Amino acid sequence: MSKIPANKSALILGGTSDIGMAVAECLAFEGWSLILTGRNEDYLHRIANDLQIRSGSSVQSRYFDATDTGTHKTFFQSLEIVPELCVCLFGYLGEQEKGMKQWREAEQIIQVNYTGAVSILNLVANEFNARGLGTIIGVSSVAGDRGRGSNFLYGSAKAALTTYLSGLRSRCYHYGVHVATIKPGFVATRMTESLDLPASLTAAPGQVAKAICRAYYKRNNVVYVLPVWKLIMTCIALIPEQLFKRLKL
Amino acid sequence: MAKVQSVKNWNNFPEVESTVYSFRTSGELQKLLRESPKVIARGAGLSYGDASLGEHVLSTHYFNKILSFDPYTGVLRAESGVTLRDILEVIVPKGWFLPVTPGTKNVTLGGAVAADVHGKNHHAEGSIANFIRRIRLMTGDGVLMHCSATESRDVFMHTCGGMGLTGVILDVTLQLKKIETSYINQRNIVAPNLKRLLELLRANGDATYSVAWIDCLARGKHRGRGVVMLGEHSTRRDLAEKHQKEPLTVHQAAGWKIPFHFPHFALSRPAVQLFNAYFYAKYRWSKKDFQVHYDTFFYPLDGIKDWNRMYGRKGFLQYQFVLPFDGGEQALDAVLERICKHGAASFLAVLKLMGPESSPVSFPMPGYTLALDIPMSSRLFALLDELDELVVAHGGRIYLAKDARSKRHVLQQGYPRIDKFRSIRKLTGAFKKFESLLSRRLEL
Repeated sequence: MSKIPANKSALILGGTSDIGMAVAECLAFEGWSLILTGRNEDYLHRIANDLQIRSGSSVQSRYFDATDTGTHKTFFQSLEIVPELCVCLFGYLGEQEKGMKQWREAEQIIQVNYTGAVSILNLVANEFNARGLGTIIGVSSVAGDRGRGSNFLYGSAKAALTTYLSGLRSRCYHYGVHVATIKPGFVATRMTESLDLPASLTAAPGQVAKAICRAYYKRNNVVYVLPVWKLIMTCIALIPEQLFKRLKL
Repeated sequence: MAKVQSVKNWNNFPEVESTVYSFRTSGELQKLLRESPKVIARGAGLSYGDASLGEHVLSTHYFNKILSFDPYTGVLRAESGVTLRDILEVIVPKGWFLPVTPGTKNVTLGGAVAADVHGKNHHAEGSIANFIRRIRLMTGDGVLMHCSATESRDVFMHTCGGMGLTGVILDVTLQLKKIETSYINQRNIVAPNLKRLLELLRANGDATYSVAWIDCLARGKHRGRGVVMLGEHSTRRDLAEKHQKEPLTVHQAAGWKIPFHFPHFALSRPAVQLFNAYFYAKYRWSKKDFQVHYDTFFYPLDGIKDWNRMYGRKGFLQYQFVLPFDGGEQALDAVLERICKHGAASFLAVLKLMGPESSPVSFPMPGYTLALDIPMSSRLFALLDELDELVVAHGGRIYLAKDARSKRHVLQQGYPRIDKFRSIRKLTGAFKKFESLLSRRLEL
């Protein structure tokens, strides 16, 4: 394609999420131009406008629905500039129990967290590879490290995303394009507002944003935002399946 | 989304178990108002009382976007959850300042309007209500309402200083003040007693900013001794050489932090007496005219994170009242005498001049206002009840943003137009939807 890569511009998929806003803030104050996407256009516009006023960087907002994969190609082609960085952080926690009974819920969990991400990231990766420049940062989850009885619909979708990002990293490496996987652990956001999370294991959206920015500059591969989560997940992965299946985790 | 948690404001009293709701869009708020029981909006939780407390609280924490700012006209429009700190970070580099600012920049814009805050320039420029172009308010039935000095004037006038009881303030359009630099030319004048201090304040009535710190524990002929501090925005011409390169810098993050609640003896009378004497001596012997950053002049305590912990785990009460000029001096003297006799130690006693009020329910009136921080004790309530009587008997009133305990008749006497406020609440349906511990206590 003939588009000229603009320097220091980022596409943030999931710009109305608390993590998305924190990432946008981090980047905008460093002088990046941003394109934020989301579904609630009024809210998205307010976020973009606020950030532009506060940071002085250019912040655009665009409608984007992760589950509406048919529109992804048009969406991506409609961007005036191909960004240097793409942060993909939309997600849907959903309800495990509801998902077991209603296919619509389970499908939504899979579509937002996995299918939607693959659809848009394929497009982004192809463009970045053709150009031989760019960074893709995908936000997956520690929930994808092992399937737990209480949360495996979300977990399995995130596991698929983690595997996808891992493969994409390997493919893009040969084109000079970097792919990072972020596993935040618990984060105090709107998605988890109603849950009672242990403070010592819960990161603030700003911490996740910092980890994402660091991953860009340091070209990290896989990042656990709070190091303790790496330890926890390593231990959980070591539990033999015979025992693990008996645990109510 | 709702969460049940224990909520208290800056002075750690009272503490209540509340369901806290938050919203990010006006649509979400509308839905919440339709579904929730009686609620009260709450911003940064920095008032010293129960104005934003209740069983059901609407937090504006996530409703915090700056909507527009015109660097040519200095008109800013922002949502209620935006803090004054956020606003300063945007406007100061462009040569604008808040037209009125309270003693901390961590409060939200919505909270500032609801309390109709005043600053060190009230005697000259009035309260924040004077600079509000328009407020967008959501009423109890979820209807969006525009109000200003010309549109829905009654609601506007009672929203400024209405303690959140007329509706939820969504956003505010504010006219800012032009500045050339972010520095203040400060002048300190030491006064050996109350009489001299008030004279000095009155004689300097043309100063843009004026405030006095009083040593409440000084007795006898020293009663009311203190330091009058005057301030003017520095112009480019009188800015010190070292700041010329960057005349419009913003504040820094807090440098100090109080790591734990102080033990009780730290607030004993001798300790505070020592502190006050040190302060007085320091001012007496230090430079009289100098240039400081606005952060030092307006927000000295913002430099110390969690300073409320100095008052220990039990918290403290802040008591602020205003007395009319006529007879105010004698009444002030009487108040100081009572406080001194009671032995209530106060680190901070701040005296200011006030000009005319801007709304029927806002606190200011022409006269003297004194604010005191007093650590919590069982005897304190009786003392403050006594002071309440003294204040209203002299035609004064107390500040609702700093009140957690006064009685209904004190309000009634101090705010003669409060019945109109009640009727407006009934008329707009706000009475059925908005309730705080304060509104219940004072039957608003």
